[in-house]
Amino acid sequence: HQVLRIIPTNDEELQKVQELQDLEELQLDFWLAPRGLGHPVDIRVPFPSLQPLKAHLEANGISYSIMIEDVQTLVDDEQMEMIRGRHGLPLSTNTFDYATYHSLDEIYTFMDLLVAENPNLVSKLEIGRSTENRPLYVLKFSKGGTNRPAIWIDTGIHSREWVTQASGVWFAKKIVQDHENNEGVASILDKMDIFLEIVTNPDGFVFTQTQNRMWRKTRSRRSGSVCVGVDPNRNWDAGFGGPGASGNACSETYHGPYANSEPEVKSIVDFVKSHGNIKAFISIHSYSQLLLYPYGYTTTPVPDQKELDEISKKAVAALSSLYGTNYKYGSIITTIYQASGGTIDWTYNQGIKYSFTFELRDTGRYGFLLPAKQIVPTAQETWLALKVIMQHTLDHPY
Amino acid sequence: AAMEVPLSHGLASRAAALATGYLCYRRGSPGRGLALRSLRRARRQDIDDVGHKYYLELELEDVLDKDSTVICTAEVLYHLGNKNIAPDVQFTLEGELKNTDEADNIFYNRIKSLEKELVAENIPDSHGNVPPEMEPIRLLAWVASGYVIWQNSTENTKFQLAQIKHVKQVKRSDEYLEFDYMILLHDMVSQEIIPWEMTVLWHPQHGVQVTQDSRQPKHA
Repeated sequence: HQVLRIIPTNDEELQKVQELQDLEELQLDFWLAPRGLGHPVDIRVPFPSLQPLKAHLEANGISYSIMIEDVQTLVDDEQMEMIRGRHGLPLSTNTFDYATYHSLDEIYTFMDLLVAENPNLVSKLEIGRSTENRPLYVLKFSKGGTNRPAIWIDTGIHSREWVTQASGVWFAKKIVQDHENNEGVASILDKMDIFLEIVTNPDGFVFTQTQNRMWRKTRSRRSGSVCVGVDPNRNWDAGFGGPGASGNACSETYHGPYANSEPEVKSIVDFVKSHGNIKAFISIHSYSQLLLYPYGYTTTPVPDQKELDEISKKAVAALSSLYGTNYKYGSIITTIYQASGGTIDWTYNQGIKYSFTFELRDTGRYGFLLPAKQIVPTAQETWLALKVIMQHTLDHPY
Repeated sequence: AAMEVPLSHGLASRAAALATGYLCYRRGSPGRGLALRSLRRARRQDIDDVGHKYYLELELEDVLDKDSTVICTAEVLYHLGNKNIAPDVQFTLEGELKNTDEADNIFYNRIKSLEKELVAENIPDSHGNVPPEMEPIRLLAWVASGYVIWQNSTENTKFQLAQIKHVKQVKRSDEYLEFDYMILLHDMVSQEIIPWEMTVLWHPQHGVQVTQDSRQPKHA
């Protein structure tokens, strides 16, 4: 193996080098990923790919130098990590391990890397701060324009549903990989923006990693109760406080003292209202393998029930097509239970017609403790369903 | 009089989870756990002065071998009023369940020959990992929790075993194996995580028995 160094000096070179990241068959290992003009790109190249890569670079007039002539093939994985100076944090989104669960720091580092690697497509917005003052970050994927119609996706609003944050990370990378690809999201991004909030409840997430793996709620405290936290999916202003949520602060479905009391919820409400042009809103949970549309707080069907049901049918079929994973679909109240103050009931009532909630794998065998090896298959199949919803939104402007 | 009523997926899936738990308890072992693969058909009858009866057709899979499935026809009767009576469950199975004698005996002998009592925690761990040698311990809990689920279910609950927090073997002078488990049950309807203690007895020829069980207080 050799390690080659390339320093892109113009946009065309930079683009060609970025494209190398997509050539999976070459198994290139980017020790330093492309960051911009003048920044070195270091690539460890396995022996079989050396000749084809060098030929490709030469044919495109891209100069390179050989930084390491012969990386010892007997260097084991751990030493490789040390040489890269990993220190537990990923160095590029190509070396990031999507098939494992990560800490909050690792996910926030991932976001910064993704933005640095793709500055023309991805930006990071801070939409607020959690109760414990952690930043609430949203990734924006945009090819330009001003206030384009947009799709919103959030994961991790319930912190114990770990496969959702992990899938969110995978979706972010996937959008970048596929943004020029017509089987991917190219046509969607040509007209619309995508907003992705990966860790919607960071306080809860940290708590699941340090204290209680089964923590669901936020970590807000109120005087007068020993119990902590509000269910962020009962805190929205849609049927707030009605049947389908609890008024008991110690309950897992405690709705909170008033609607939008939780900063994690309020920040999204404020964002949605000030953006004003969100056309699809998808909130992702686990587990149960369901695709749901409003309402949860009432048995009255939504006016768009027929259309949402048809979209769900198509989305679920697409999801199943990959690994045969079986999903059911329907309104929240008939498919699982009555739930008031829920996210997509509010977004629907705001006029965001294409409002959906997913409950990802599995159906109870592992439940919240889904083995890490199921992260990528879960994300892959869910992505197919998300694309159906996004495509329908693109094709049916309103 | 009995009246057929329209049945939503939400309600049907609760009865299905209960039936699966009961079945797993009756037919399971450390070598065999059964899980619900799909709910194929469900209907409900409300019977005056008696309760609500669900008729279900379920496809169940062997947790250790996903390709091994059986069809189960089950009737679940939730009794009216009295919350202290467990629902009645009756079932018939179509298809063969794999014979687990060999695996059961290997596990039985392995535990019997341990010098120190087995102790373990957090199965699966936070990342969903189960060490291979703990799989039978986990399946035994899965089977035994079926009993707890059956005894404590109503139309407003849907329990799943979420995790084994702690398990400790209790040495016995007779032929049975005994384990004290502290498990977490997840109720999908209330979303609560409920700690539950159970004492489980097992012998390859005598099946799984839960001799004691009690709900534990939740931490704040």
